Amino acid sequence: MNSRVLIVAEHEGAKLNPSTAKCVTCARGIPGAQITIVVCAVDAAAVAAQAAQLSGVARVLCVENPANAHALAAVWAPQVLAIAAPFSHILGPSTTFGKDLMARIAGLLGAPQVSDIMAIESATRFRRPVYAGNALLTVESSGEGQLVGTVRTASFQAAAGGGAAPIEKAAVSVELPTHTRFVSVSAARSDRPDLQTARRVISGGRALGSAEGFKILYRLADKLGAAVGASRAAVDAGYAPNEMQVGQTGKIIAPELYVAVGISGAIQHLTGIKDARTIVAINKDGEAPIFEVADIGLVGDLFQIIPEIERLL
Amino acid sequence: MKRILVGIKRVVDYNVRIRVKPDGSGVITDGVKMSVNPFDDIALEEALRIKERGLAEEVIVATVGPADCQQQLRTALAMGADRALHVQADGVVEPLVAARALLKLIEREQPLLVILGKQAIDDDNGQTGQVLAALWNRPQATYASKIELSAGTARVTREVDAGLETLEVDLPAVITTDLRLNEPRYVKLPDIMKAKKKPLDTLTLSALGVEQRQQLKLVRFDPPPQRQKGIRVTDAAELLAALKSKGLL
Repeated sequence: MNSRVLIVAEHEGAKLNPSTAKCVTCARGIPGAQITIVVCAVDAAAVAAQAAQLSGVARVLCVENPANAHALAAVWAPQVLAIAAPFSHILGPSTTFGKDLMARIAGLLGAPQVSDIMAIESATRFRRPVYAGNALLTVESSGEGQLVGTVRTASFQAAAGGGAAPIEKAAVSVELPTHTRFVSVSAARSDRPDLQTARRVISGGRALGSAEGFKILYRLADKLGAAVGASRAAVDAGYAPNEMQVGQTGKIIAPELYVAVGISGAIQHLTGIKDARTIVAINKDGEAPIFEVADIGLVGDLFQIIPEIERLL
Repeated sequence: MKRILVGIKRVVDYNVRIRVKPDGSGVITDGVKMSVNPFDDIALEEALRIKERGLAEEVIVATVGPADCQQQLRTALAMGADRALHVQADGVVEPLVAARALLKLIEREQPLLVILGKQAIDDDNGQTGQVLAALWNRPQATYASKIELSAGTARVTREVDAGLETLEVDLPAVITTDLRLNEPRYVKLPDIMKAKKKPLDTLTLSALGVEQRQQLKLVRFDPPPQRQKGIRVTDAAELLAALKSKGLL
């Protein structure tokens, strides 16, 4: 049985987001999948060229419109819908971009959506986390009609490059709503690696005590080439910006090395890091729940330990 | 009348340690504390604040689910909602069914704003708001951390992966809440008593003309895999040695 899979590309400006390459790996798990990536943009050429290189992609479709300058779900969804008919599966990443957009597409199609796909068992059977990852649920669709899905990016490796899929323009003429308008986006610019894709991540909790206290983590992170994250408690206390939050309600990540500094380990935080290869916990409370999931634990005063690590590196 | 419709879902309380049933048919809910989904609490709090600022006149809470959901509607009434609508439905209510039912309520009540939680903490689907906005053909602003209403429009700041994004949407619209939008108020005892007298109407899916249809079969629940027990080190030097031996440095 062949499945025709459409993946909606996530991109910023002219750069394809790595989440799309992870969706491709997920889609390749569907038996007999023929994979098409759709790029919605004002000018799709640069992003389409990057998508075409992803190994396993059969075709890239460009949907160009001046209204596509920002990823507004209400504007993009009808355009994806216009080309969706031939596809059995329509996938996007389970990032804020994909979660916002894909469910709107599912609504337009009247199709079921499987959120946060972490494993594919067949063309109709999928695994996903529920209850903040405290249970894993296997769901099955009837196989009739279309299925929408969001892909838990921490569960899949990025597809390799080296492909050369043909790029086509799709002529889409649908009326687009003007009821939703982009105003602005404010992002803290950083020279550090991106939290979502970094191989090493150091996160701080409330025990850092202040935004000033976080500086010792930034220094260590720069020495290790690591990204910096934060617990919800630290974000809520104003020690770190919101986009640094790691956890079920923040970013779900899967680095090779995760160092939790002064983080007690609330369930919602642990959910966000459980795919990390190695977890290191540094905390003065030896009974903190973070030690239950840590591969390496160190009980002690972080304000002594972190500078000491930096000195020894 | 300027109305705000708020979606409420009954879920296992967020403090409960979730355990999967041995037969894999679900998670243990017998004798477990049930609560209003925390993101829905935030949605209701925001609606109440908008009303208190004089920008809305009535806050309606609605749920789609079995009879015992009325407990959570009563809690919402005690928190300050003016009236409640219970759409009776048994079995698994998928986001599409919930959204279709909410759309029927929207057609009856003509709200200027619909506020829902960004996701329920049981099934973690995170779909209903977007599906509803699609069916209604109206704007959606998901993951809101700030809402500013003015005549005919709302300016919504959204928590997105890149940082904070601001959208302007025409009303009526669907907004879904993120954690930092507000801190919900506590329910006071006298309000619980008063809430018993507030109107709570019961409807059914079939009376609304919505088919109860489950498109995704729940095959099996499994507990998450446990991590292997780790080691303890005593100082920074030992930690670095352990990381080196794992090839991580």
